[in-house]
Amino acid sequence: MSGFRMATGGLVDRATPVRFRFDGRAYEGFAGDTLASALLANGVTLFGRSFKYHRPRGVLSAGAEEPNALVDVREGAWREPNTRATMVEIFDGLSARSQNRVGGLTHDVMAVNGLLAPLLAAGFYYKTFMWPAAFWERLYEPVIRRAAGLGRASGLPDPDIYEKTTEFCDCLVVGAGADGVAAANEAAKTAPRVLLVDEYAPLGPAPVLAENVKFLPRTTVFATYDGDYAALERLSDHLPSGPGPRQRLVRIVAGRCVLATGALERPLLFGHNDRPGVMLADAVATYLARYGVAPGREAVVFLNHDTPARLIGALAAAGVAVNAVVDTRPGSSALVHEAARAAGVPVFAGAVVTRALGGLAVRGAEIRQANGSVLRIRADLIANSGGFTPNISLTTHLGAKPVWDEGIAAFKAGALPAGMSVVGKAAGEGINPGIRAHWHGGQFAGKSFVDFQNDVTVKDVALAVREGFVSPEHVKRYTTLGMATDQGKTANVNALGVLAQMTGQEIAELAGPRARPPYVPVAIGALVGAHRGAEFRPVRRTPTHEFAEALGAKFIEVGPWLRAQYYPRGAEDWLAAAQREVNIVRGKVGFCDVTTLGKIDIQGPDAVVLLERVYANGWANLPVGRVRYGLMLREDGFAMDDGTTARLSDTQFVMTTTTANAGRVMQHLEFCARVLWPELDVALMSVTDQWAQLSVAGPKSLAVLRKLADEPSLIDDEALPYMGCKALTIAGGTPARIFRISFSGERAYEIAVPARYGNGLARALMAAGEEFGIAPYGTEALGIMRIEKGHPAGPEFNGQTTAHDLGLARLLSRKKEFVGRAMAARAALCDPARPALVGLRPVRAGDVIRAGAHVLPEGAPLTVAHDQGWVSSAARSPSLGSIGLAMLRNGPARLGEVVRVYDPVRAGNFLAEVVAPVQYDPEGSRLYA
Amino acid sequence: MRIECPYCGPRGAEEFVYTQDAERARPTDGGASPTEDWAAYVYLRDNLPGARREYWYHQGGCRAWLKVTRDVSTHEILKVELP
Ligand SMILES: [Zn+2]
Repeated sequence: MSGFRMATGGLVDRATPVRFRFDGRAYEGFAGDTLASALLANGVTLFGRSFKYHRPRGVLSAGAEEPNALVDVREGAWREPNTRATMVEIFDGLSARSQNRVGGLTHDVMAVNGLLAPLLAAGFYYKTFMWPAAFWERLYEPVIRRAAGLGRASGLPDPDIYEKTTEFCDCLVVGAGADGVAAANEAAKTAPRVLLVDEYAPLGPAPVLAENVKFLPRTTVFATYDGDYAALERLSDHLPSGPGPRQRLVRIVAGRCVLATGALERPLLFGHNDRPGVMLADAVATYLARYGVAPGREAVVFLNHDTPARLIGALAAAGVAVNAVVDTRPGSSALVHEAARAAGVPVFAGAVVTRALGGLAVRGAEIRQANGSVLRIRADLIANSGGFTPNISLTTHLGAKPVWDEGIAAFKAGALPAGMSVVGKAAGEGINPGIRAHWHGGQFAGKSFVDFQNDVTVKDVALAVREGFVSPEHVKRYTTLGMATDQGKTANVNALGVLAQMTGQEIAELAGPRARPPYVPVAIGALVGAHRGAEFRPVRRTPTHEFAEALGAKFIEVGPWLRAQYYPRGAEDWLAAAQREVNIVRGKVGFCDVTTLGKIDIQGPDAVVLLERVYANGWANLPVGRVRYGLMLREDGFAMDDGTTARLSDTQFVMTTTTANAGRVMQHLEFCARVLWPELDVALMSVTDQWAQLSVAGPKSLAVLRKLADEPSLIDDEALPYMGCKALTIAGGTPARIFRISFSGERAYEIAVPARYGNGLARALMAAGEEFGIAPYGTEALGIMRIEKGHPAGPEFNGQTTAHDLGLARLLSRKKEFVGRAMAARAALCDPARPALVGLRPVRAGDVIRAGAHVLPEGAPLTVAHDQGWVSSAARSPSLGSIGLAMLRNGPARLGEVVRVYDPVRAGNFLAEVVAPVQYDPEGSRLYA
Repeated sequence: MRIECPYCGPRGAEEFVYTQDAERARPTDGGASPTEDWAAYVYLRDNLPGARREYWYHQGGCRAWLKVTRDVSTHEILKVELP
């Protein structure tokens, strides 16, 4: 117990006590306290255990840079590990726990890691990887994973809500200290919209701001990207868990940006400099002034510049005994001597603290004086400062290099991203008066930590240098320095200083530290926002969704759509339902929503020219009122998509694409029409969502549709032959289009009505078809019939197949130019030995073909060398049993051959006969049934 | 990153889709061009730093195709034209 709340002072609200728990024990703080300030006020110094060595750790800083005081806050699913106690605002009921301990915090059984330290030194991982892999997997990794590491996630779904928003402003000012407030008010004179953000909670008097300055507290600008800034606004992290949004990701679009981000203090390095009670001097000043908390009762102040001189008086005024001031500078300075004299404190000039004494907490400081003599001074607080570093992370996110300023012994921003400026301490103004850079005073007894969060010591840096790693980037990777979640905010410059000193280089010659986004850890939930679970992306429902839902359909995601997969009756499983649906279509009549196929309306005098150029087959001679199947290639000659296109008039076509490629084909067509051939007079519009389109298939399909058509004779065979289309009205005046096309192989019609009539059309079909035994069918039945008929679809149009491979070579026109023609003619793409589409049927009844299985010659060894193709699609046909489509080398020439279907993953291994792709009704007679 | 669409004004890059570079010319003499010309058009990319012309599609907006000159090292948009 060493810290205490001062009788007066600070900006916290002493009239509002706040009760919270830490490691199960109840404590009280005040409104405005952070978890760190409230625990320090209660005399707590031990906050957790370190990453590798499980060393006791306290609080180093008072802000976002904290590497030591990482705790686990809240309960249950709300639990969040690795939270900086310096950034947690306390509220009534807050519960927090120390982490990375095994057993009690004061008697961590894994502290034995300290004794195994040689195993955990820098480079251990790299060297260990060279040992036998089995050692690593069975021994080292499990042990190290258990021993090293920080907090653990709750393992439960994140119950919080996160928002995303965009802020537009003419000028963004980051940091609402004195420099930032002045910059914001100055900018507000000319900029209409100024946005001022500050990482911390408002405490004390609110800043006086011009009217056109919008202020967002508790908001961290964590990244700069190509002209925009990303910020995280913490909306309710300071409140008990509740229903409201927790955090808001703010994208800031700013005309220009002023960084008033201040400067971060770097510690001085000495033995056991990680002991609880060793703190940054400026952090101590902050706890005194902001929270009215003295972090100790007897202090040693260790410095190498004049700024901490003020702390000497502040500590004395707070009732903290300052037992010594240790200044690395020979002779110290007038300012320090004066402050020390006023407080009655001895100054040790040209001296260093060689190590902190004590175990779980600091009990004293060992000092080596200028004359070499060593003495020990009692202290429970060692406030130290090695100087400040301008906080310029955001200037480096786009790659700009910081530059060393010898006068202030600090890195300043180099070339700035366009529109960014830096002011105040962040620009190095007024920092580090009288500084004399001091990196490390030699190898002291006890570990000297450079990077506290990743447990990297001066000795680790020395080891890296000894092993030949002398560039900062190599040292960083070898030691993991600066690679923890704090990104080495308190470590990076010290590491460069130590490295320069060890290698005899000038620090100015070394590459200054560049940061990557995010500046502070950001919850993945905040980046994801509302886009998770069912809201991951919008759900696109078909126009008959309501109808299908009422019938108890099971749905499946197909591309962006939710489609009816099958309509189970009674206890039917998917296969029984799908097979019944196939039988109904093949025997009577069924219908299926095919709205999801892309529909593109193409109009204009040159519409036919565009079709001629984007399809491989010919279109010029397609009469009005007819439909044709088309194949589209990519520029590289491979098959892209297929579908039917209907000619509604001389100058109007409606194209269908596959569901999966609808967006892509639209983009491709527009590229062709606007970029390749802008001279074409043609307009394109996606009408996929405008029309509900239902396929009515089966021998009774015409009978059903005749009952719906206002003029039934319009759809009789003479008026509407196979591959015909026309506009008509149905059900008493509803406009519709009818296309006599078939995917199932049965007599079939696709009927399209304005999308809002989708459910109505489905119900009308059910009523009209009742006497014929009509039933809706889903994508499973559609798939079975597709495979029975050997139509290539998504699994065959996989981006690696050609028209030849798909058995569609007859469609490649020789009379015209079209996209992909030249490249499709390459010899290798026309090689008959390429895997090409065939059908497969098991030789022995009972064997089941599965998509993904490999196809090999019957007697060949089961090795990759003998792999000749793969099963692309498979179905359980109610009439044919297990059937498949496969891409088989030289396939069309091998009909009748017996091959082996081998599925090592799912233990399938049997013989199958190669057959033609069309396995059901190869003559096509059922189209006219 | 913002792209100034000639139809829609300055819009966020997420509304656009980059598709391909616009430095190459598509062989224009029908299918008669040698395969090498087509192979160069389809496959060969120089991947140079500095200002490059690219095709961007305003998919989340007016669906215009734009020829955008962008410094691929800094992401600075230097020019936006209709193709
Ligand atoms: Zn636009």
